[in-house]
Amino acid sequence: MKLRETHIFAALLALLLVAPAIVYPVFLMKVLCFALFACAFNLLIGYVGLLSFGHAMFFGGAAYISAYVVKSWGWSPEFGILAGTAVAAALGLVAGLIAIRRQGIYFAMVTLALAQMVFFFCLQTKFTGGEDGIQAVPRRAVFGFIETTNDLHFYYVVLAVFVIGFTIIHRTIHSPFGQVLKAIRENEPRAVSLGYRVDRYKLLAFVLSAALAGMAGATKALVFQLASLTDVAWQMSGEVVLMTLVGGMGTILGPAVGAAVIVTMQNYLAGFAEYVLVIQGAIFVVVVMAFRRGIVGELIGWWQKRNA
Amino acid sequence: MFELIGIPPQALFGQLLLGLINGAFYSMLSLGLAVIFGLLNVINFTHGAQYMMGAFVAWMLLNWLGIPYWGALLLAPIIVAAFGMVLERLLLRRLYHLDHLYGLLLTFGLALIVEGLFRKAFGSSGLPYENPIPGGQRLPFMFLPNYRAWVVVASLIVCLGTWYMIERTKLGSYLRAATEKPELVQAFGINVPRMITLTYGFGVGLAALAGVMAAPIYNVNPTMGSNLIIVVFAVVVIGGMGSIMGSIVTGFTLGLIEGLTKVFYPEASSTVIFIIMAIVLMIKPAGLFGTPK
Repeated sequence: MKLRETHIFAALLALLLVAPAIVYPVFLMKVLCFALFACAFNLLIGYVGLLSFGHAMFFGGAAYISAYVVKSWGWSPEFGILAGTAVAAALGLVAGLIAIRRQGIYFAMVTLALAQMVFFFCLQTKFTGGEDGIQAVPRRAVFGFIETTNDLHFYYVVLAVFVIGFTIIHRTIHSPFGQVLKAIRENEPRAVSLGYRVDRYKLLAFVLSAALAGMAGATKALVFQLASLTDVAWQMSGEVVLMTLVGGMGTILGPAVGAAVIVTMQNYLAGFAEYVLVIQGAIFVVVVMAFRRGIVGELIGWWQKRNA
Repeated sequence: MFELIGIPPQALFGQLLLGLINGAFYSMLSLGLAVIFGLLNVINFTHGAQYMMGAFVAWMLLNWLGIPYWGALLLAPIIVAAFGMVLERLLLRRLYHLDHLYGLLLTFGLALIVEGLFRKAFGSSGLPYENPIPGGQRLPFMFLPNYRAWVVVASLIVCLGTWYMIERTKLGSYLRAATEKPELVQAFGINVPRMITLTYGFGVGLAALAGVMAAPIYNVNPTMGSNLIIVVFAVVVIGGMGSIMGSIVTGFTLGLIEGLTKVFYPEASSTVIFIIMAIVLMIKPAGLFGTPK
């Protein structure tokens, strides 16, 4: 099984390396950013059992930070992404300290409310540009020599960011730390009785998830040269839940697959913008009612049944 | 006239009244959420959409059928509650045996569908709804519009009536018993599944009633629900869902605090409830009226 997983990853990486020859690179970059966002979100719901309904605050908050430091302070993209990630981690620490005091449904409501607070902050504060957002963020060279004005070059930078983020998540899940997280998800009182400081583990997972969501948002802002209120709005939090749910919660590749599906769908439905909300809602209903394991979850189930 | 720290009393009382009205809506919505959560263990994310539907049904009744506000006050909640009960029977019911999060996700999806459809049909700029009782009273310290006074009084009556029904009547005792131990109540020959459907309908009806009452004050707008429901979630977290009276008191108090913030520090008026939520969570995680589980 271990070998098979490595094979799948290698095949996917090879596919992603040649993909821009066939598919428009900007579209691929969008998929990768949202895939990382969904994977970061999945770290919480899939492996700690915490449903955050406010991940847009990290995604959008980091998008604003990276867009701002790159545009107004003239930072290079790599530091822009780092700054966004760091701020998202700090925000994650504060939000996490508040949110982990409740569980289950309350946790979802608390994170949603906190994200709405960040949304209003971004709406009112000066540096975010209000309704306009931060537009025309320049694409500077990465490390001073990789020109990102060329979409194809920038694609490989974004791919590198995704691979780094994905590797961190993969390592986390399979580390002893990740095992403790799963223990907490399965039976929290037992984890407590085994002497684990459950709240610290939850908080660390929350900060990690927030930081990676921020990394995705910061990168996205540089790709589209734009950070706007859409990135911090509650609809964005809902979108990442949808991506993860469609792909399969608690599977390592599911969220990435879900992100690809949803982003592709949005691309094709661009002409029916007013129906996007309805269609997303309908997908929610269908997935929750009919296939809760998501695409990858169902595939794994089918594979195990066949080989049983 | 006197001035309070440089703030004219008209502005102060005007905002307090507006705060009281917002508080009335917070109370009615959080009350419905609490009643539904008590029995169904589902956080009804569609609540905001159902509030918005209440306002829209009132608008349709007026503009398409010529039924005035007072008729809509009765009809709209019934129509929206019927819609809610159909949802409960067809969809929500199948998720009770699963993790509660799925109920949240389903109702979130339903909220998106409803909001999307109304946006498609009516645009997102909002429609006006005529004030059924224009005019007002000139009090010594402020001008009190008749309709706003009516909203505060009516919502108080509805909230206290709900409290009385749940805490002091036989029907309410069944409900409270079913919240504690549904199997046992069923063993006594009470049709619990039907009770669940009706309870959901009741909670949804409360939301729709709030929507009808809101229609003449705010514009009737497809996004009016989703903006409100997030604040109501914060209200619910602050109050805790353990107590009916707690929901009512928390709702009105937070509305007033929000109104006061609008007078003294308007920049924070849209975030003050979330800040209070964060503080309450640090001090008393179960909420002011909640009991730790």
